[in-house]
Amino acid sequence: MTVPRFWREQPQRYRLLGAECNNCGGIYFPPRTVCPECRRESIGKMVQRQLSGRGTVLAHTVVHQPADGFELQVPYVMAIVELEEGCRVMAQVVDVVPGSVGTGLPVEMTFRRIREDGRNGVIYYGYKFRPMRHTTLDKRVANSIASPKPSSTPPRSPAGSRPRRS
Amino acid sequence: MKGGQSRVGIVSYGAYVPRLRIKAEEIARVWGHDAHMGDALNIQQKSVPSPDEDVATMSVEAARIAVERAGIAARRIGAIFVGSESHPYAVKPTGTIVAEALGAGPFVQMADFEFACKAGTAAVQACMGLAVSKLVDLGLAIGADTSQGAPGDALEYSASAGAAAIVVGREPSEFCAEINYTTSYTTDTPDFWRREGQKYPSHGERFTGTPAFFKHVAAAGERVFSEMGTTPEDYDYAVFHQPNGKFPKMVGKKLGFRDEQVALGLLAPRIGNTYSAAVLLGLANVLDAAKPGDRIFVAGYGSGAGSDAFDLTVSPGIAKIRGRGVPTVEDFVRSDEFLDDATYAKYRGKIQVPSGGAT
Repeated sequence: MTVPRFWREQPQRYRLLGAECNNCGGIYFPPRTVCPECRRESIGKMVQRQLSGRGTVLAHTVVHQPADGFELQVPYVMAIVELEEGCRVMAQVVDVVPGSVGTGLPVEMTFRRIREDGRNGVIYYGYKFRPMRHTTLDKRVANSIASPKPSSTPPRSPAGSRPRRS
Repeated sequence: MKGGQSRVGIVSYGAYVPRLRIKAEEIARVWGHDAHMGDALNIQQKSVPSPDEDVATMSVEAARIAVERAGIAARRIGAIFVGSESHPYAVKPTGTIVAEALGAGPFVQMADFEFACKAGTAAVQACMGLAVSKLVDLGLAIGADTSQGAPGDALEYSASAGAAAIVVGREPSEFCAEINYTTSYTTDTPDFWRREGQKYPSHGERFTGTPAFFKHVAAAGERVFSEMGTTPEDYDYAVFHQPNGKFPKMVGKKLGFRDEQVALGLLAPRIGNTYSAAVLLGLANVLDAAKPGDRIFVAGYGSGAGSDAFDLTVSPGIAKIRGRGVPTVEDFVRSDEFLDDATYAKYRGKIQVPSGGAT
């Protein structure tokens, strides 16, 4: 990845800044300039939307053959996380034993190094997820791990829910 | 603040400590040291950053907690100073990454600080000056480190990782603790250093004690007492920089504090020496428990050498920023995720790998 491309995407990668369509209320991450539902009717009505960073694991896999730069973290977990706002994002889940991750696990955004351009290159930072901090892990949340509820907010469109690999 | 009408205080604070630990006895086992090295240093275990954690990521985590705890709008932050001796870049500020992650700026004063273990308290003092002089509304001071000791060196038992963020402001109704006074005692004392391009620091072994840590912390502390007209008994808590678990108790005793006053702010036995974060994490742990009216003595120390000392009084506002579901220091300190020494060496870049090595 080039430095300018990463730099353009810093607000979304550093703090999950998404987009909302003021025509239909659809929320998108990564942010979009046009709503795929409303199309031209959304022009001029797309606004920035700060996402909460909280969500639940919808699906996950344990990676044993790492991508470049992830060698020290094997085995690690990649998951599709459904955010509270309804959109979905693909990201690494950290601070967990891989076998303990399951569908419905409440997670929150954390800020980590994603990779670096070698020893002399720039360091790319961005979002990953970790299990919800236990201070906020009340009984209700703990129960939801035991019996995950079906997704209440279906993805608005394939594009809106497109997994984003960091 | 002493000597003027202007008041300055801590508006919010945040802490972050990685969840991984390594036990002192595991390090002693590998290097053939006495199994009781940990007891001698009063460090039973220390925190270890994950391969994807560094000073920037930990600073962001601590700063986000500080902002969330008091519900601070990021745009109010007019200055960000990150103090560390392990900034991810030699040239490129850590603070810009923190600001972007918080959504603060772009109109924000910024520089990265370095003064061994006291860069964090130096950042607090810089924010105090800017807040009192009304150059900024709020200042964000961060102390964070992922410090390293050479393999087999005594520092292997202590050099750990953590971050603490302190938001400084001048509006008394927002204070969770008012800063009554601060002073610094600084001399050119080469007790610990790291040359440009070197991975591991060097230190003067026992020289780091009497002419360095003890002399500077005691001198700064005595000046607080004389300027404020206080004695150690006037303080409910005393927090010191903690290069190990025994120095804070010893310097506390030297200044006239009892062990009970020092205990709550002493985290080194459980997380090691978090360098620039150490004294601020100790202060944050005290703020998690303190009552309005409690008086806190704080003395940081940085090799090279200097000590920044503070006199604080906990404000009624502390009650307003508690119980928001924001994690306490204890939430981070408590961890039983232990690494063996080989995994620790892998994570800390002490094993040469073809690519993707940690820094």
